[in-house]
Amino acid sequence: MTMSTVDELVEAGNDYQAGFITDVESETLPPGLDEEVVRFISQKKGEPDWLTTWRLEALQGWQAMQEPKWAHVHYPPIDFQAISYYSAPKSQQEGPKSLDEVDPEILRTYEKLGIPLHEQAALAGVVNPDADAGRQVAVDVVFDSVSITTTFKSRLKEAGVIFCPISEAVHSHPELVQKYLGSVISKQDNFYAALNSAVFSDGSFVYIPKGVRCPMELSTYFRINERNTGQFERTLIIADEGSHVSYLEGCTAPMRDENQLHAAVVELVALGDAEIKYSTVQNWYPGDADGKGGIYNFVTKRGLCAGPRSKISWTQVETGSAITWKYPSVVLRGDHSVGEFYSVALTNNRQQADTGTKMIHMGKHTKSTIVSKGISAGNSENCYRGLVRVSPTAAHARNFTQCDSLLIGDTCGAHTFPYIENKNNSATLEHEASTSKVSDDQLFACQQRGIDTEKAVGMIVNGFCKEVFRELPMEFAVEAGKLLEVSLEGAVG
Amino acid sequence: MTLLQVEGLKVDINADDAPMPILKGLDLEVKPGEVHAIMGPNGSGKSTLANVLAGRPGYRVTQGSIRLDGDSLLDLAPEERAQRGLFLAFQYPVEIPGVSNMEFLKASLDSLAKARGEQQPAAAAVIGEARELANSLDLDPSFLKRGVNEGFSGGEKKRNEIMQLLLLKPKLAVLDETDSGLDIDALQTVSEGVNRFRREDRGVVLITHYQRLLEHIVPDYVHVLAEGRIIQSGDKDLALELEAKGYAWLT
Ligand SMILES: Nc1ncnc2c1ncn2[C@@H]1O[C@H](COP(=O)(O)OP(=O)(O)O)[C@@H](O)[C@H]1O
Ligand SMILES: [Mg+2]
Repeated sequence: MTMSTVDELVEAGNDYQAGFITDVESETLPPGLDEEVVRFISQKKGEPDWLTTWRLEALQGWQAMQEPKWAHVHYPPIDFQAISYYSAPKSQQEGPKSLDEVDPEILRTYEKLGIPLHEQAALAGVVNPDADAGRQVAVDVVFDSVSITTTFKSRLKEAGVIFCPISEAVHSHPELVQKYLGSVISKQDNFYAALNSAVFSDGSFVYIPKGVRCPMELSTYFRINERNTGQFERTLIIADEGSHVSYLEGCTAPMRDENQLHAAVVELVALGDAEIKYSTVQNWYPGDADGKGGIYNFVTKRGLCAGPRSKISWTQVETGSAITWKYPSVVLRGDHSVGEFYSVALTNNRQQADTGTKMIHMGKHTKSTIVSKGISAGNSENCYRGLVRVSPTAAHARNFTQCDSLLIGDTCGAHTFPYIENKNNSATLEHEASTSKVSDDQLFACQQRGIDTEKAVGMIVNGFCKEVFRELPMEFAVEAGKLLEVSLEGAVG
Repeated sequence: MTLLQVEGLKVDINADDAPMPILKGLDLEVKPGEVHAIMGPNGSGKSTLANVLAGRPGYRVTQGSIRLDGDSLLDLAPEERAQRGLFLAFQYPVEIPGVSNMEFLKASLDSLAKARGEQQPAAAAVIGEARELANSLDLDPSFLKRGVNEGFSGGEKKRNEIMQLLLLKPKLAVLDETDSGLDIDALQTVSEGVNRFRREDRGVVLITHYQRLLEHIVPDYVHVLAEGRIIQSGDKDLALELEAKGYAWLT
């Protein structure tokens, strides 16, 4: 029962809670993107030549590409030359430091956001006080373009787990980075992936060795602070044979009147019998009630089930961003591999979301599950777009898809675009869909029992999302429930 | 002191954009400890009265007053009326899929406690009491885990309303045709629930169509609502007379 959290929420007021700005001096590149900028970023990070070349090839590809227009979202053209592609707090110029050396102003930022950087602290604010107090989460925090610190490094090292900023992995584990970077999402996969490949700044790198169960949850917390900068983080997770890892990702940004671009790439590789569970609570600034400001969240996420019986599971709770364009996907190459996608996407006010997944079945007896819960309120537009593709090689592939939409009020929209391409007639594909509305009668029934409408809507929405929340690690499930309620404030008169 | 005082109540309903008067000057006074039965033909405005007491949107009070413990309810939101101790058992309980009965009950108790400046009850205690009540109302304890009224039969929905009544312990219970659609056994169970609720400091407004309910829940007063007013009041014998003669002789 998470009811007590509801009260806290209602008290917490009705604004985006993470919207403050941290006052630090930053080194920020002037707006614009060309070869010089890419070389600057690469040089700044002291990258080897192969990576500089890789970035430049991505840039060339990007320059020849067009922005995708097929999504059900509307926004004025983005001037990619008006964005700065690199920003880092001056104090972080020498790369990640020990906690003692991190700018206290930055530490306070994370404190305010409830993200503990001290290892003795649990994931406060994201933590359920009833949960196992001994449970720990290792955190990598990315502030604008750079990683600030990574906790629990030594504990993880003992287990053989590598968890560090990708900029560091380039130096410490070049063979792994070179082998896997771009192996799931090629550097010219799509417009935003190519852009990211050219200018990616930082992000997390994870390697779990053969047969190792990662001893704790890993998480990365992304924060955009600087004005007019884009954030282009890159995450690469490799689970070697028979290993297991659960990874969490959280994100926030200050409230600013202009839109900001966030174009991340996340690549996952699961070798034989390995399992990766990737959870996201996305709470980028959504813009104000009139649709001013907010993050453009154009993200490419894809996992490769490379070996037999491997499993990749995406769980996402998307409440933030002005526009979300995101399709965490799984390529099921290994026989008997499993792909899952559990999603809650909530839009309110003028938010627009076009999100879903792709399950690409290649191996035999591959299995995928898609559960999508879309909630629309205010004047928002919420769209599920999903593809299930069964290749001729994927004998006995199975997919189950369930797409549910919940409408709050009469001025929002919900759309579902399920695409199916089946090239193997031994496949079993099931699809279920529903659309429901929070009715006045339901709200009155709650009110008559003393529950105000805001809390009632929160309860109904939480109930609607149960199947997805169940997939989240406990701390995140609580956090996600709270976020939904905050995001819905004002959704009913 | 009067628990519920309704005076000269006139209510319009917004039917097809044109206001239509339903209640046309209704008076009702309920003292603590009393059970008032309200009977009347279909469409006479019984549910309208119940809904207006609870503050349901869609009605307009054009004249008159409603007081609970001396305080006017007219400007209060539905949840505020509930927090002050008014409970409505719905004629047609609504389904709330995905929200379990237990979660709903706890949220309700927490909201009521908070509004009254009381401590929120411990989850374990609530679960214990809810189980016991479910049992006494012949509801399987697994109901508590299921969505509110989700897939319940008509009778189960009505019993669930009584279970909420007994758990929330309001000052004034307004029961809107809680007996309709119940078989004899269920009627017995529900009536026992209501009788258990009766106490010298609590009041009940019992809206019903049928005299048979009043054999189980013996009212202190019986009123006949017709044409938007209470046209006749009496004791339990009035119900018997109505059963024998119908409403026509009164109107
Ligand atoms: N939502 C509504 N829209 C239009 N007319 C309504 C509505 N609800 C009730 N009525 C009308 O108001 C009158 C009283 O209804 P109601 O209070 O439900 O009566 P009862 O409960 O005594 O059967 C009836 O004529 C009914 O048709
Ligand atoms: Mg009625």
